[in-house]
Amino acid sequence: MTTTSQARLAIEARGLVKAFRTVRALDGLDLSVPTGGVFSLLGPNGAGKTTTIRIFATLTRPDGGVARVLGHDVTTAPHAVRSGICLTGQFATVDPSLTGTENLVLQGRLLGLARRAARARAVELLDAFGLTDAAGRPVRTYSGGMQRRLDIAGSLVVAPSLLFLDEPTTGLDPASRIQVWGAVRWLVSQGTTVLLTTQYLDEADQLADRIAVIDRGRIVAEGTPGELKASVGSGVLRVQLANIRDRDRARQVLGGALGIPVARDTDPGALTARIEGPSATEASARGLSLLSREGIEVAGFALGQPSLNEVFLALTSHTAQSRYEETG
Amino acid sequence: MTATIAPRTLTEPGRDASPRPRVLRNSLTMAWRAMLRIKREPEQAFDAIAIPVLFTLLFTYLFGGALSGSPRQYLRFLLPGTLVLTVLLITVTAGLSLNTDRARGTLDRFRSLPVWQPSVVLGGLIGDMGRYVLATGLVVGMGLLMGYRPPGGAGGVVLAVALILVFAFSVSWIWTALGLALRSAQAVTVISFTVQLPLTFASNVFVSPATMPGWLRAFVNVNPVSHLVTAERALMDGTPAASQVGWVLLASAVLVAIFGPLTMRLYRSDRQG
Repeated sequence: MTTTSQARLAIEARGLVKAFRTVRALDGLDLSVPTGGVFSLLGPNGAGKTTTIRIFATLTRPDGGVARVLGHDVTTAPHAVRSGICLTGQFATVDPSLTGTENLVLQGRLLGLARRAARARAVELLDAFGLTDAAGRPVRTYSGGMQRRLDIAGSLVVAPSLLFLDEPTTGLDPASRIQVWGAVRWLVSQGTTVLLTTQYLDEADQLADRIAVIDRGRIVAEGTPGELKASVGSGVLRVQLANIRDRDRARQVLGGALGIPVARDTDPGALTARIEGPSATEASARGLSLLSREGIEVAGFALGQPSLNEVFLALTSHTAQSRYEETG
Repeated sequence: MTATIAPRTLTEPGRDASPRPRVLRNSLTMAWRAMLRIKREPEQAFDAIAIPVLFTLLFTYLFGGALSGSPRQYLRFLLPGTLVLTVLLITVTAGLSLNTDRARGTLDRFRSLPVWQPSVVLGGLIGDMGRYVLATGLVVGMGLLMGYRPPGGAGGVVLAVALILVFAFSVSWIWTALGLALRSAQAVTVISFTVQLPLTFASNVFVSPATMPGWLRAFVNVNPVSHLVTAERALMDGTPAASQVGWVLLASAVLVAIFGPLTMRLYRSDRQG
């Protein structure tokens, strides 16, 4: 047991198993989350993201395996774990019948702040999150974005060492998403470690320092966003067609020109092909000119690193991609 | 209006370093939350006002004439029972609010906080005491207006109310367990009603068990609600009540001993969507 490496890890999980009746939600999950920064868990619905977070947040007991959070075992020392964490779930966990101020004061009092300190902190946080005008209103009158912001403000009443953000921006409008991202970045700059789950790959791309891809209850890949993209392929040609109906014909033409398989993108009007090596630019140009000679109009094209979308689909192919292929 | 987040102005209060959860403080904070909810959601207080008023009026004039001669006489028999019935009916809210807390995810937040976990349930029950006091005050107040003069005096009434509060607190643990075990608030309402109905009506609230068939009388005689009503009548009449009070306290202890740990077990068990 090396104490130095343990102190540096915010989360360390070995062989986590959790079954719900017939479903094996976690099937030997190993995970190491370093202290500091944003660590993102990506995976299709039902892959085990939420179960993993709930085990780390001491809400669910694992059937097997060990999880240490902030150096404490989640099953034998849950109170010690809770002293350093905060959970912001998929739903705003604020109380709709209480006002914004009351919600934050409640949180502060439960975390051990004196009455006056809790009140002062609530005023400060409401101001920081642009909620001062709504401070005295019951939360049920808030918009979705305001509730989420209040929820995150609540998790900052006393900044936790480790914050679990379970799909923090699901259902938010773009402006609110950017505000939530700002709050997460600020929190990280203050030294909090964030474990983020999200359905939005651009969100992981924007925020995460490291990403683990979870599928069928196991970690199937882990690394920086750059590493994950590189693991799937160094280059990708993406062609956006003007007319969706041309796609199957274009796929044949392009495949013939490039001499490699061309895949249907998740976008029904687009195709992608993995091209690597120094001749990538030339081959792409050849393929594109052939498309125009065949009378297939191209609305746009790009040559570059694969998106996290493609990484995600490649790594979780048996579940996610088959679904996309069927519909595409 | 959406403002940009500028949290750099924030200072950083230290986290409570105490390694042990704070039992009393956490419970009182959770009780404060329950009181705020009653204040913000008048519907929650509505049953604590409407039921006592309705029951007192209804039962007095419905059964009063049939039971005994003058209002003062039948109120003396009916009012303690009305008091018990009223409070027991509104105890179900304890289970309903826990059920909605779980559905909303609020319980997850509390469960991941470094607080004394039973305070989340206990605080709600302490907050409910406010509703019970309101309800008992209304029943007694209306009784006085209608001519009820308790022979046991103010002291007897205060003791009677205190005993009801103890029993209501204990019965609440049945509903907290149900509220956590069942999925929807509707299920909690339906199931609690089927438990409440025999407990309250198959008792001596309205009539003496002497005229009932043997099997029913056997149930009525062991029903803790009957003992509670008898104790209430004795306290408010100023007659000896010690043994009945003893039975009620014993029944209360048994209820808490069974449903307290059951509630906390259900509270700790994880139920995902």
